[in-house]
Amino acid sequence: MSNLLTISPSPHAKGKDTVKSLMGGVLLALAPAFLCSLYFFGLGALITTLVSVISCVLFEWLITKFILKQTPKLADLSAVLTGVLLAFNLPSNISPFIVMFGALIAIGVGKMSFGGLGQNPFNPALVGRVFLLISFPVQMTGAWPKPIESRWQYLDAVTGATPMSYSELGKVNMMDMFFGGVGGSLGEVAALALILGGIFLIVRKIITWHIPVSILVTVLIITSIAYLTDPEKFANPLYHLLGGGLLLGAIFMATDYVTSPMSDKGKLIYGFGIGLLTVIIRLWGSYPEGMSFAILIMNALTPIINKYVKPTRFGVVKTK
Amino acid sequence: MDNVIVISVLILGGIAILAALILYVIAKKFKVEEDPRIDLVAECLPGANCGGCGFAGCRNFAEACVKDFSGKVCTAGGNDVMKKVADVLGVQAETAEAKIAVVRCQGSNECRPKTNNYEGAKTCAIVAATYGGQTGCAFGCIGLGDCESVCQFGAIKVNEKTGLPEVNEEKCTGCGACVKACPKIVIELRKKAVKFRKVYVSCVNKDKGATAKKACSKACIGCGKCAKTCPFGAITVENNLAYIDFEKCKMCRKCVVECPTGAIREENFPPRKPKEEAPKQLNTSTGADKVETPKEPGKINLEKPSDNLLKE
Amino acid sequence: MAFKTFHKGGVHPADKKITAGASIQPLAIPATVSIPCAQHIGAPAEIIVQKGDKVKVGQLIAKANGFVSANIHSSVSGTVKNIGPVPDASGYTKQAVIIQVEGDEWEETIDRTPDIKRNIDDLKPEEIINKVHDAGIVGMGGATFPTKVKLSVPLGKKAEAVIINAVECEPYLTADHRVMLEKGDELMIGTQLIMKAVNCENAYIGIEANKPDAIKYLTELSSKYPGIKVVPLQLKYPQGSEKHLIAAVTGREVPSGRLPIDVGAVVDNAGTAVAIYEAVMKNKPLFERVVTVTGDSVKNPGNFLVRIGTPISALIEAVGGLPEDTEKIISGGPMMGKAVTTLDIPVAKGTSGVLMLSKDLAHRGEAENCIRCGKCVDACPMGLEPYLLSAYAQRKNFEELENNHVTDCIECGCCVFSCPSNRPILDFVRFGKQSVMKIIRSRKK
Repeated sequence: MSNLLTISPSPHAKGKDTVKSLMGGVLLALAPAFLCSLYFFGLGALITTLVSVISCVLFEWLITKFILKQTPKLADLSAVLTGVLLAFNLPSNISPFIVMFGALIAIGVGKMSFGGLGQNPFNPALVGRVFLLISFPVQMTGAWPKPIESRWQYLDAVTGATPMSYSELGKVNMMDMFFGGVGGSLGEVAALALILGGIFLIVRKIITWHIPVSILVTVLIITSIAYLTDPEKFANPLYHLLGGGLLLGAIFMATDYVTSPMSDKGKLIYGFGIGLLTVIIRLWGSYPEGMSFAILIMNALTPIINKYVKPTRFGVVKTK
Repeated sequence: MDNVIVISVLILGGIAILAALILYVIAKKFKVEEDPRIDLVAECLPGANCGGCGFAGCRNFAEACVKDFSGKVCTAGGNDVMKKVADVLGVQAETAEAKIAVVRCQGSNECRPKTNNYEGAKTCAIVAATYGGQTGCAFGCIGLGDCESVCQFGAIKVNEKTGLPEVNEEKCTGCGACVKACPKIVIELRKKAVKFRKVYVSCVNKDKGATAKKACSKACIGCGKCAKTCPFGAITVENNLAYIDFEKCKMCRKCVVECPTGAIREENFPPRKPKEEAPKQLNTSTGADKVETPKEPGKINLEKPSDNLLKE
Repeated sequence: MAFKTFHKGGVHPADKKITAGASIQPLAIPATVSIPCAQHIGAPAEIIVQKGDKVKVGQLIAKANGFVSANIHSSVSGTVKNIGPVPDASGYTKQAVIIQVEGDEWEETIDRTPDIKRNIDDLKPEEIINKVHDAGIVGMGGATFPTKVKLSVPLGKKAEAVIINAVECEPYLTADHRVMLEKGDELMIGTQLIMKAVNCENAYIGIEANKPDAIKYLTELSSKYPGIKVVPLQLKYPQGSEKHLIAAVTGREVPSGRLPIDVGAVVDNAGTAVAIYEAVMKNKPLFERVVTVTGDSVKNPGNFLVRIGTPISALIEAVGGLPEDTEKIISGGPMMGKAVTTLDIPVAKGTSGVLMLSKDLAHRGEAENCIRCGKCVDACPMGLEPYLLSAYAQRKNFEELENNHVTDCIECGCCVFSCPSNRPILDFVRFGKQSVMKIIRSRKK
């Protein structure tokens, strides 16, 4: 034995999860949705995603290296994931400069200004998205490229309205919403692909079911009540479930580790809050889409949830 | 149109006045009466919140001083600060002996070879709770810098080359935070002498001589030669370890010459006259040079104290 | 079969029971043994022999010192060569009796015949407990709590179920597994003795699903022993934790800060039950135990019957020497065992295994930022929040640590196992727990 023995406190065994494998798993789960968006939006989807990912990675590298003066840790894939999620929340015909700007805000303001991975209170991709939504409302929501028709165009894509603008509601086929083919952000195009990704995440134990299920159930219940009271005024709850960024948000954005609560009970409360806020914004707010805001607001409440909602300890419920 | 403006102004103005009133009432009603002297005393203190005085922070200490001054000492600030505090409070200051932290271990990477690789959390406290440490000596410095991280004055730093902490004597206030943080009680507060001179046993190993020597070439082997040499009875040997009582020590440095392993160190003395320079002494000073060559003027490293006293 | 388990947290480490099929081999007696006098939780035993004394196998050499303490017997015959400090698995040196081996002469009182003695009817509970005390029996699963204390049911408490812990949820270890297969009758009679000592009619033997042969064999055997039932359990770490085993078998949770007897349970390890049988029926004190010696690259891993005090280097030789790529040696299992610094460490009563980890398994990954994934919270079988406790401990915020029940931590290591960022969570939590315990103790004084 030439080497000195290694000593460390127990345990001496380690599970297979690493930050990289978890982030990679999420990316893999996003793959079906990405393929769908490639199919429906073609060139625009490809360029937007690439620009977003490359700028996120680049900005993270630059900021870590030259501003924070630390060794950049790009291998954990978290910057790539932020880039993909940001792109999935943008229309495919958006200018690449706007995407780069969004990436700078997402990484620079949303993530690195708080100290990098694990320290950010808000989901970086959503910070970038909301920033763009407020700064460039026309480009962000004005004209959505029409799926398939605009496959080979980029900035000059044929455009149409998103189903979340109510004037268009009713004209949309629900099967299209499920299998894809309705205009919208890159990642929102096919509900099925997102659901598949979500099932993968839950089966691989990358996320637990609590957050997506509680969001979807909350939205379903409240919109159903609204629909039943006044079908003329309110849309079919299924539109709410399948439309807009709800599934993307519930499965991929709200479940972001850093910004969601730790305990199962906390996750349920968090999911309920997101569902409730989303419905309120959608039904009574001035934005057609409320998911981003709802998630950001609940992100802000996460520390409080963590503080007051504790897991049930062993031996506390039952005594003899 | 005018109407709208007038109404807005009235409403907003009204709200502002109402809010101001509420704030005023609350401020008056819940005002905390505080002795103004607390602020004055707090201003005299170093403000490092080192905890050396036994209170949570400087302000707590100030409050305690205002209540009852006697017996309280700001260890970090020393007599100067306490005199100022006494002036503020209009009482007589008591003088306390100035102390300085001394690291009683010479187990540098060179003298004390590693016997295993530690891979756990990098704090001394956790190593001490886990096992005897990365070398054959289970008593000495662990070298992960718990002392460095508690020092509010930047006075103690682990030298990466030797793996041992070094005290900057100019900066050290003798607050004792490092002494409390050290899980092995390697650091001791010793009397601050003229020009920071000190003579002390720089080892805390209580193993038998052979075991100690095997683990570290600079270990105290408890041979007792120093105790026999000391003309003032300042040295005691207990559990295979010598200790120099700094109250009795007159710094004659006879023990330093006598020590076979170089465990006893002298610091900040002018060089000895050549005739005294016995081979053993040479030994010591080379060891000293390795460990604590001052790189800049005024930045001198201290070494390791031993301390049965603290433990008892 | 509906396998039972506990319902909070837990992880599934790869179980790697390489030695499950290796029958127990007696290990040759070494030339010298060092028997530490602190092999149990509680006060170290008081050494009653002197340098130069002749001792026999099974002779008392150190006496229990207080209620929570245990007798220690010589495991060999020979001359006491020295009494002094030797390093043990704790990483510190402890006082030990070092004996030069001469022959193998046992105390005459020990029944060395292979016959199985079944008649326990004439024994009184106190007799059993006294014999267990005299034989120096401690929990052999690793916690080494003196068994006598467990068997002494406090006034006003009633034992409703004896649970034999045959879970062995640590990966690699198979010592208990082999004991069950090879000493089934002894285990059953030992269990009956425990039932008698604590005056209880029901006993359950909890075995995890990865030992189907043991489940089958003991289930068949248990038909001959009324009151004893085998309970198959799902594979989940840390089911061998006393509290979690009780929860899995009975559905009762031991409240925070209480003892198993507070929910009417008495839990003993399978190896301990066999030791109790041997002590009571055969007059044989605890001076040898079964140790699994294993590792992925070990040539001939196996299970050995080892005299207490044998250096682990002798065990490593018995399996074909230390593999070249070994970088970490663990006394115990990989989840809760202690990494050792030298091969001179003696086998003690609580040494269930010696595990040699090769380079790829020996090291921790580099710690990264906490990504707040909550996996440690999901994994914690005590329902604590390890990420939070670890952060508080790092900041030495002992008050918040206590408020967040750090003292409930069983140090099972599930949090570190599940952490994707390789954070040393348990290192800090353990430090925090020890500090808080100290504070609590000093408050009581």
